[in-house]
Amino acid sequence: MGEAATADGATLFEAEHVTRLFDVSGPWLRRVTNGEKQRFLRAVDDVSFTIGRGSTLALVGESGCGKSTMARLAVGLHAPSRGAIRFAGKPLAAARAEAGLRRRMNMIFQDPYASLNPRWRVARIIAEPIRAFGMLGGARAIAARVAELLVQVGLQPSDGEKFPHEFSGGQRQRISIARALSSEPEFLVCDEPTSALDVSVQAQILNLMRDLQRRLDLTYLFISHNLAVVRHMSDRLGVMYLGRIVEIGPAEEIFSVPRHPYTRMLLDAIPDLAPDRMAGGRSRVPIAGEVPSPITPPPGCSFHPRCPLANARCREERPEYMVAGATRVACHAVAEGRLPA
Amino acid sequence: MPLLEVEALSVEFPTRRGVLKALDRVSFAIRAGEVLGMVGESGAGKSLTGAAIIGLLERPGLISGGRILLEGKRIDGLPPEEMRRIRGRRIGAIFQDPLTTLDPLYTVGRQLAETMQVHLGIPGAEARRRAVDWLAQVGIPAPEERVDSYPHEFSGGMRQRVVIALALCAEPRLVIADEPTTALDVSIQAQIIALLKRLARDHGTSVMLITHDMGVIAETADRVAVMYAGRIVELGPVARVIRHPAHPYTEGLMASIPMLEERRGRLAQIEGAMPRLSAIPPGCPFSPRCPKVFARCAEERPELMPAGETEAACWFHAPALAEAAHG
Repeated sequence: MGEAATADGATLFEAEHVTRLFDVSGPWLRRVTNGEKQRFLRAVDDVSFTIGRGSTLALVGESGCGKSTMARLAVGLHAPSRGAIRFAGKPLAAARAEAGLRRRMNMIFQDPYASLNPRWRVARIIAEPIRAFGMLGGARAIAARVAELLVQVGLQPSDGEKFPHEFSGGQRQRISIARALSSEPEFLVCDEPTSALDVSVQAQILNLMRDLQRRLDLTYLFISHNLAVVRHMSDRLGVMYLGRIVEIGPAEEIFSVPRHPYTRMLLDAIPDLAPDRMAGGRSRVPIAGEVPSPITPPPGCSFHPRCPLANARCREERPEYMVAGATRVACHAVAEGRLPA
Repeated sequence: MPLLEVEALSVEFPTRRGVLKALDRVSFAIRAGEVLGMVGESGAGKSLTGAAIIGLLERPGLISGGRILLEGKRIDGLPPEEMRRIRGRRIGAIFQDPLTTLDPLYTVGRQLAETMQVHLGIPGAEARRRAVDWLAQVGIPAPEERVDSYPHEFSGGMRQRVVIALALCAEPRLVIADEPTTALDVSIQAQIIALLKRLARDHGTSVMLITHDMGVIAETADRVAVMYAGRIVELGPVARVIRHPAHPYTEGLMASIPMLEERRGRLAQIEGAMPRLSAIPPGCPFSPRCPKVFARCAEERPELMPAGETEAACWFHAPALAEAAHG
C-alpha cells in the first residue's frame, strides 16, 4: 500500500511495509537447557511512508516507539527484516553500494558530544566525507570547501583549526551539520538533532536547518519526541507507537484534526505555555499507564490498554489503516465513528 | 517569615586559572506552600543553587558569600552531620535520575520505612504500613506487593514516583526537585507533574522546581526565577513572566520556544550563547547578546528592580530611564 498521491513532487524516499526484528533471546545454552523460546523485539512493525523531494517527514513518538530504529533503517545502518526501502527509485541496499548514490544521504545524530571524533580538528572531521567519496582533489580545494561549509552553518573558517571540545553543544551540532552536508547530500536523516540542546540554541539550529533545506533543496526525515519542534519542521507527520505508525498525514491536518486517540493524548500531554493551560487554569490531561514492553506487545491494537475508547474488538483485532481526510489512521474507533469530536 | 530565604548567595570554584564565580549574589525566598520555579539554560546555575541549599555542593565548589535561612535559621555552613539531619527531615530532594536516589540493594519498602524510622522515629511495623500507604499515594499499583520490590523491578516513571514518596515521607517543609521529569516521556511527565503538584498541596510542602522546561514551570509554579550566567535576571509570578517578560533574556527565551499553537515558521532566536564562567562580561552578563543594550549595561551591574509586575535585573527598568520612556 503506497501513498503516492500524498507526496509533494517526486518521491525521493520510500519505505514499504518495513519491519525490523531484533533477537532478544537468552543465550543459546540457556534456551536449550531451560526450554526457552527465541524472543524477538519488533522495533519497527509494517511501516510505510514516502518522502517527497525537498520536503520534511517527521516521525514522532515516545521512547521505544521505533522512531530511531526507523532512522537507522533509512540510512542503511540496519537492514529491514521484511519490507523494502527505496531511495531515488532504487532499493536502498543497491543505492548504498553505489558511491554516487550513497553520498546523497547522510545522518545527523542527537548527541553532538559523542558524534564528533575528539582527536580530530574540525576541518578534518568535515573534510572526511569529501575525501572518502573522492569528491575534490587537492588539499587547497578541500580546504576551500570546508571553509565554505563552516560559513554555511554559521561558523568561522578559522574554526576548522580547533578541536570539538572547544565548542559549545550548539556549535558542535553546527559542525555535525557541516559534516553531513560535505558530501552534498539531498537526503538527511536527523535523529533528535536538538534534543540535547538548550531552547535558545535549539531555535538557532532549527532555523539553520530550515534555511539550509530551502537553499539546498534538502529532504529531511526528522525524528523527534517533541511535538512542538516537529510542528515547526515538518510538512508531513507520522505518529509512532510500539513500532507502528498509528497516524500519518500532512502535519497541519494532524495538528488541527488529530484523529488517533494516541495522537490526541500526546498533544494533550505536552506542557504548554498557552495562557489557559497555566497554573490555575486547565491542567494537561495525563495519559494513563505506560508504554508496554515491545517484546510482548498487547494483542489487537497495541494502544488499547491505555486507550479510553478501547472495546472488545480493539483488544483482539489489529486495526488496519483507513483513509480519513488527507491522513491514514489505524484505529477501530475512528473507523467505526466512535471518536468524540 | 518566608520558609526559605536565600540572601546574596555566591558560589565559587577555585581553579588553577583563577576563581570561577558560578553563582553571583543570588537572592530569593520561598513562602510556605509555594512552588517556586527555577528556570535557565545549562550552566546558568539553577542546579547549583539547589545543591548549595541542601549542602550538596560538589568539591571544589564552595559558598563564598551570602546566607541561606530555613525558617529563620541559617543552614549554610552547618557541620555535615547536622546538614544530613536537615536533608530528608526538613528538605527533601528529587533528582532527574531516580537511580541516583534509590539504593539498588534494598527494597523500596525498606528505603521508605528506614527514612521514616530515622527522621520521624516511627517504629518498624508502623513505618512499613506507612510505606505501603505512601506507595499508594504516589499511584503505584498493588502497593502491598510492590513494597517488597527492588528499584530495578520498576519502570522509569514508577521509579520516579517512588523517589517522590521517598522525598515526601519524612514530611519535609521544602522539596527541591531538580529536573524531576526530564528523563521521562511526555505522557509520563504529565503524570509525575500532576502527582507532585497534588502531593505538595495536600501536605502543604513548598517546592523549588528546577527545570529547563518553561512548559513544566508554566503549569506547576506560582512564581518563577529566571537564571542567566549565575544570576537571577528575572523573578515574578509565572503568568506575568511568561506573558509579559521584563528582562530581554526572558523575552528572547520565551520567543525561542516552539509552540504547538503556532504554524510552521521561523523561530525567534537569541544570537550567540551564554558566556562561559571564565568570561562573564562586566556589567550585565547578557549585555553582549541584548537587543536593548546601552552604555550603562556594559559598565554597571544591574540588581533585581521592579519592572511592571515582575522584578528584572535590567537597566532598561531603572527608574530614571523608565520615566523617560513612559513620560
